Amino acid sequence: MFVARSIAADHKDLIHDVSFDFHGRRMATCSSDQSVKVWDKSESGDWHCTASWKTHSGSVWRVTWAHPEFGQVLASCSFDRTAAVWEEIVGESNDKLRGQSHWVKRTTLVDSRTSVTDVKFAPKHMGLMLATCSADGIVRIYEAPDVMNLSQWSLQHEISCKLSCSCISWNPSSSRAHSPMIAVGSDDSSPNAMAKVQIFEYNENTRKYAKAETLMTVTDPVHDIAFAPNLGRSFHILAIATKDVRIFTLKPVRKELTSSGGPTKFEIHIVAQFDNHNSQVWRVSWNITGTVLASSGDDGCVRLWKANYMDNWKCTGILKGNGSPVNGSSQQGNSNPSLGSNISNLQNSLNGSSVGRKHS
Amino acid sequence: MYEAEALRNWSEREKLRVIIKEMAQKLWAWRSLFLLIPGVNSKKKQMCFDWGPGEMLVCETSFNKKEKSEMVPGCPFIYIIRKDVDVYSQILRKLFNESHGIFVGLQKIEEELTGKSRKAQLVRVSKNYRSVIRACMEEMHQVAIAAKDLASGRQFSTQVSILSAMELIWNLCEILFIEVAPAGPLLLHLLDWVRLHVCEVDSLLADVLGSENPSKHESFWNLVTILVLQGRLDEARQMLSKEADASPTSAGMCRILGDLMRTMPVLSPGSTQTLTELELKWQHWHEECERHLQDGTFASSPHLESLCKIMLGDEAALLEQKELLSNWYHFLVTRLLYSHPTVKPIDLHFYAQSSLDLFLGGESSPEPLDNILMAAFEFDIHQVIKECSIALSNWWFVAHLTDLLDHCKLLQSHNLYFGSNMREFLLLEYASGLFAHHSLWQLGVDYFDYCPELGRVSLELHIERIPLSTEQKALKVLRICEQRQMTEQVRSICKILAMKAVRNNRLGSALSWSIRAKDAAFATLVSDRFLRDYCERGCFSDLDLIDNLGPAMMLSDRLTFLGKYREFHRLYGEKRFVDAASLLLSLMTSQIAPQSFWMTLLTDALPLLEQKQVIFSAEQTYELMRCLEDLTSGMPVRGEPDAQRLQDDDIETTKVEMLRLALARNLARAIIKEGSLEGS
Repeated sequence: MFVARSIAADHKDLIHDVSFDFHGRRMATCSSDQSVKVWDKSESGDWHCTASWKTHSGSVWRVTWAHPEFGQVLASCSFDRTAAVWEEIVGESNDKLRGQSHWVKRTTLVDSRTSVTDVKFAPKHMGLMLATCSADGIVRIYEAPDVMNLSQWSLQHEISCKLSCSCISWNPSSSRAHSPMIAVGSDDSSPNAMAKVQIFEYNENTRKYAKAETLMTVTDPVHDIAFAPNLGRSFHILAIATKDVRIFTLKPVRKELTSSGGPTKFEIHIVAQFDNHNSQVWRVSWNITGTVLASSGDDGCVRLWKANYMDNWKCTGILKGNGSPVNGSSQQGNSNPSLGSNISNLQNSLNGSSVGRKHS
Repeated sequence: MYEAEALRNWSEREKLRVIIKEMAQKLWAWRSLFLLIPGVNSKKKQMCFDWGPGEMLVCETSFNKKEKSEMVPGCPFIYIIRKDVDVYSQILRKLFNESHGIFVGLQKIEEELTGKSRKAQLVRVSKNYRSVIRACMEEMHQVAIAAKDLASGRQFSTQVSILSAMELIWNLCEILFIEVAPAGPLLLHLLDWVRLHVCEVDSLLADVLGSENPSKHESFWNLVTILVLQGRLDEARQMLSKEADASPTSAGMCRILGDLMRTMPVLSPGSTQTLTELELKWQHWHEECERHLQDGTFASSPHLESLCKIMLGDEAALLEQKELLSNWYHFLVTRLLYSHPTVKPIDLHFYAQSSLDLFLGGESSPEPLDNILMAAFEFDIHQVIKECSIALSNWWFVAHLTDLLDHCKLLQSHNLYFGSNMREFLLLEYASGLFAHHSLWQLGVDYFDYCPELGRVSLELHIERIPLSTEQKALKVLRICEQRQMTEQVRSICKILAMKAVRNNRLGSALSWSIRAKDAAFATLVSDRFLRDYCERGCFSDLDLIDNLGPAMMLSDRLTFLGKYREFHRLYGEKRFVDAASLLLSLMTSQIAPQSFWMTLLTDALPLLEQKQVIFSAEQTYELMRCLEDLTSGMPVRGEPDAQRLQDDDIETTKVEMLRLALARNLARAIIKEGSLEGS
């Protein structure tokens, strides 16, 4: 692993989120300076900020891209109790000449009465939908019925979680065998300890989301949650950022065995747990094939985890700040990276297999 | 020495040797897991990140919203992190490209081939891989020499030494696992292996022979010693004869040692001699050497005596030549040559281990390369692959070597389930790395294809992330998906392109992509845009496309309508009024035309109704009238009228009145015409 490039972010306050688009050719950043910036990669590989605008009247916690099937669409959520959907407008010749693009607000989702802590687009096979969660403990699912008219979003579902919500993750599986599913994490730190991760599943008959599972063992505040890409597996893998990194598998119990019509029940197993971050873990995220999990924690590091063959997970890489101040140009290309900076503790991963292997 | 031309220059080799040492240490350093992110203070701050298809974003943040620390982050940079550094090397690209061809060829090797022909083919494949490594090493070496600055020169030299180590390991694996050389030939192969990789002697040889007085050359005895250590006895004898010519006092001794060299029994390929015969002869020869040493034949010449001791496999004498042997595996092979020439594969590890121990003599500990070679001598394939994975910076080597060994059916016997899985695991890692590169990803496709378990789903996940920056690239990606019946990926890619085209108002392109995506809803949407544009401008764009929709027209009703409506215009333009009229009518009566468009269609009927000859029959006119009445009766009752709406309504009312009038007149003419026709 090596640093290929560094880009001066030029935000006036803390950056809270960075987000690649689907193809990795664009990225978006959001900050406490209430703005979102969009960056585009040129043919030569340089990154240029092509848009920067004030999006909210409070810190912007998260920014995320819709699937390109729906065009160039971003969603953001903020401390100002709203989430917003943004669309890039093509063709303003003045902007184009200046190498700038123009983003317009398509909608403001104002249903939350508290800070909106996370926003995630649903998997594309479900259509253009997004979920938000907020400190008031409610997950809201919105849908844009007409993908060509992003100013119309209807609130489809409100799921009450009873606990201040910090994070959500859609189950990406597009298998017909799996109903739409969303996992919600809570960072509620009140002393009455309750399970902090709930999983809701869509019921075709009632057309509502119903609670399928609660991870009883996770009782500490949860900061992030992430389903792994499915890879055709029958079961699901869920990573959780709490006081440590945890990885769970959720195996659906066969339908015939459960009462028909009710939510799917799962056999839940913890397959890995790491306290290497020493304290709170804030983010977890899978690579696109679900073979590597990255986590970020209070130790200031991003750690990479990979499963070996016997579901034995190991650290395969650590990104660590070197602590020294940065100086120099705004964009440092490094076209000829040094081999010496390579991380190649491949031993750990050698025996591994991707997360996605089917359990026989 | 068929490939010994690799590096001729002696001093270059010396430099390289130092670098190899350095490299060996670096190999260990690489085990370090850490990548340092400049400017980020991990003691105070945290990092947020995101995965991309080939890269990762990292940037400093502070997650704990409760304790408001300094506002602006200490590190104002966003970093882009890449995984496989080697993918981006220009020279290694050649390695990836050429080995890809060999890999694909290997996958197609017929399974039926058995025994010798299969083995011969696998050995050939192995040699092909090695020659690609060599070619790459050669080029990298040239670049290293030509490098302008020291740093990049060192970088390339490091690469050379890595490639050289790869080739060394691969070659040994080839001898032991693929060639499976038996006792006897085994040693010959090992000798070739050592000669190929410790090849300074060739330049030295040229140097000495080129000098005025070879036997007085300062490196003369070093040269002779190296030749003997490598078992190149014919050349050693020639050198001795030069010494004999130059110094008559030692001529006799030189002749005797030369004779011993000449008479050393060796296994000649293709001879019918059995191993036992060879061993017997060798024993005799050994005893003769021993006798000369005992008799003090060479006592007056320390050089010759030392050579004789070497030929007797005397460990102490060999170890005195540590410098010239340069490494323990050379020591091992020389030791075997002069003491156990018929060593069995199964006994190799014993000699290897003791050679390593003797050579290092407790002064230093084994390095990664030593461990890898040792594992090979122990025939522990799994360990070889594991150690290589730790030590080498990319997946290329382990992925290809493992695949080849798997084709040799070696991994199955090692451990059936795990074996085949390890091959796939490594190939998936390698292919994923290729997908991070803007053009090498195309090679990755074939590797995924040959991973039966997770190859397809991995390819699906990777290929849909390829940026569709140009139409050409999009078509390439689509072709790959279509060849593999990846219908969802094909649909998604076409949909992305359709959406992009609509956003840029390229309706024709949008329509053809949505047809290819078989996306009815989107085709309807684009058709509506076409119709709207027509209503606004009075003409169609992208006529070529719409005129040639063919069966694709059936994708959505609206698209059918668009195609048919355009056909109406064509018929009208060609003055085929009767056909045009009946088509127009059928569009309404068959409900293909959306009601919102009926007024436009009826208005289109006006000029036909006004033609001199009667075009709509009485029956058709009745139908048209019914359509008009359906439409007007279905018009909603409006609320509070405003000025604009009143004006619109006015126009609409006038239109309806005009139509009614034209229809009535046409009906009258049609009845008269039809009546008179019947009458006549």
